[in-house]
Amino acid sequence: MHEQTIAEMSRALAAGEVSSVELTRGLLARIERPELAGNSFITVTAEQALAEAEAADRARAAGQAGPLTGVPIAHKDIFCTNDVRTSCGSHMLDRFVAPYDATVVERLRAAGCVMLGKTNMDEFAMGSSNETSWYGPVENPWDRSRVPGGSSGGSAAAVAARLAPGATGTDTGGSIRQPAALCGITGLKPTYGRVSRYGMVAFASSLDQGGPMARTAEDCALLLDGMAGFDPRDSTSIERDVDDCAGALDSYPLAGMRVGRPAEYFGDGMAAEVREAVDAATQQLAELGAEIVDISLPHTELSIPAYYVVAPAEASSNLSRYDGVRFGHRCAEPSDVLDLYERSRAEGFGDEVKRRIMVGTYALSAGYYDAYYLKAQQIRQLISDDFRKAFSDVDLILGPTSPTTAFPLGERADDPVAMYLSDVYTIAANLAGLPALSMPAGFADGLPVGVQLIGDHFSEGRLLAAAHGYQQATDWHRQAPPGID
Amino acid sequence: MSLSTDEVRKIARLARLAVDEEEVTTYARELSSILDLVDRMNAVDTAGVTPMAHPQHATQRLRPDAVTEPDDRDRYQRNAPAVERGLYLVPRVVE
Repeated sequence: MHEQTIAEMSRALAAGEVSSVELTRGLLARIERPELAGNSFITVTAEQALAEAEAADRARAAGQAGPLTGVPIAHKDIFCTNDVRTSCGSHMLDRFVAPYDATVVERLRAAGCVMLGKTNMDEFAMGSSNETSWYGPVENPWDRSRVPGGSSGGSAAAVAARLAPGATGTDTGGSIRQPAALCGITGLKPTYGRVSRYGMVAFASSLDQGGPMARTAEDCALLLDGMAGFDPRDSTSIERDVDDCAGALDSYPLAGMRVGRPAEYFGDGMAAEVREAVDAATQQLAELGAEIVDISLPHTELSIPAYYVVAPAEASSNLSRYDGVRFGHRCAEPSDVLDLYERSRAEGFGDEVKRRIMVGTYALSAGYYDAYYLKAQQIRQLISDDFRKAFSDVDLILGPTSPTTAFPLGERADDPVAMYLSDVYTIAANLAGLPALSMPAGFADGLPVGVQLIGDHFSEGRLLAAAHGYQQATDWHRQAPPGID
Repeated sequence: MSLSTDEVRKIARLARLAVDEEEVTTYARELSSILDLVDRMNAVDTAGVTPMAHPQHATQRLRPDAVTEPDDRDRYQRNAPAVERGLYLVPRVVE
């Protein structure tokens, strides 16, 4: 039963073969096993989950069920959940109990999803390995000595280990796609403004976007349909009708689709075994009828430096709210109000978060704004123009998600710049606000390799349909890590 | 780009982060290497390029100036480290 995808669970629930309470009990029992969970959850909401499952079963009996009614999922611990701790992976918010639900949580609950708990993550979503979490690193289910990726590492590991068929994630520079790739699942970062940021703890507001993580593109479509759409409570939410992505999975056939292969994504930085898998996936897409077109995104190499200005600058501003006064950690016996701010923040934040606050504060300080933030925003425009030109010729862009497979725990933990460079292929989509997904496309030495597809604004339907088409013809997404029963 | 320890102390003060002497040295080294990475932006001439403000060039919506939130102060203050009679407590600011 835990092997089922969301779509399969949905059909089994509709056919009366299983109840939501049975599904929920089964998954909760798996989450309780540390050798399976690998620290992927920060909080398990067992009692609430069973109550929600009972309510879902009652709704179904009353004939009020949708495709997600009774399907258990997990939420990244960055989404506020009413009356449930929302830590964002930080000591700062270890005792923060959210007084309201994020729009994403509210909508998925309204669609009938059962919340199993809150998943582990890099602190304030700053990291690419889940090692910056105050609650400790998460193990990759494919190799317990390796990282699951980050920042949505707990969600990715939980889905890969079949603790939940789907989970929410957030992606500021690759935080859905990179852990999806490293854990062998499918994850989508939607178009900026597609999914409400209301109640999602802010990191870099012009880049942050929530989205679905699951084993298949079909499941991601079901979850996206449940969470996306205009929200007046998010000032950057886009007022535009959302496509029925699950209903459109067969509307964009791979046959005849023009898929761009940017030269800059196939340079020296990629590990040989990753290149092999990505090349094989490209070949397979061609065999399925896609037309592979060589393209160029000339400003690609500027995306990392621009990102590491924009993201820390916005983070330093967003995280100024943690002052030890209204919520969050407060130091003991402050001598005056400045001491209260400075020590509460120094104690509440971890090293990576403090580094980024420092970089952002410097970039925004008097005399440096033009050289850093303004320059970075100009580069964003150049990167965005590259994509605009590319999408006048192709339907999708294909490349690797991550330059390597999952790396050993601790390998890059002491070298921030080396960690930043692992985001090289994912960051540009955030800077340009484009939708992008990662899907399983092979293995290298027993570790999953992800392929990334990037689409034009609002093309989630096409992206998911292309991934669905690929998954109909391949079985990489059906592989399970060893030892998870 | 190399940051001095004095610059690090100044940034830490602006960011309201307490730092000890050992951390100042570490930050000087780490932030300098991050700024070296960032300085790669200078490889391209951006003169005349309009800075991007929003991926879809959206503008801020206006909403009616109406009260939409209920008074939920007690509930919100449950997350506060120190409150008294509905007020947030901080060390004395005005002598």
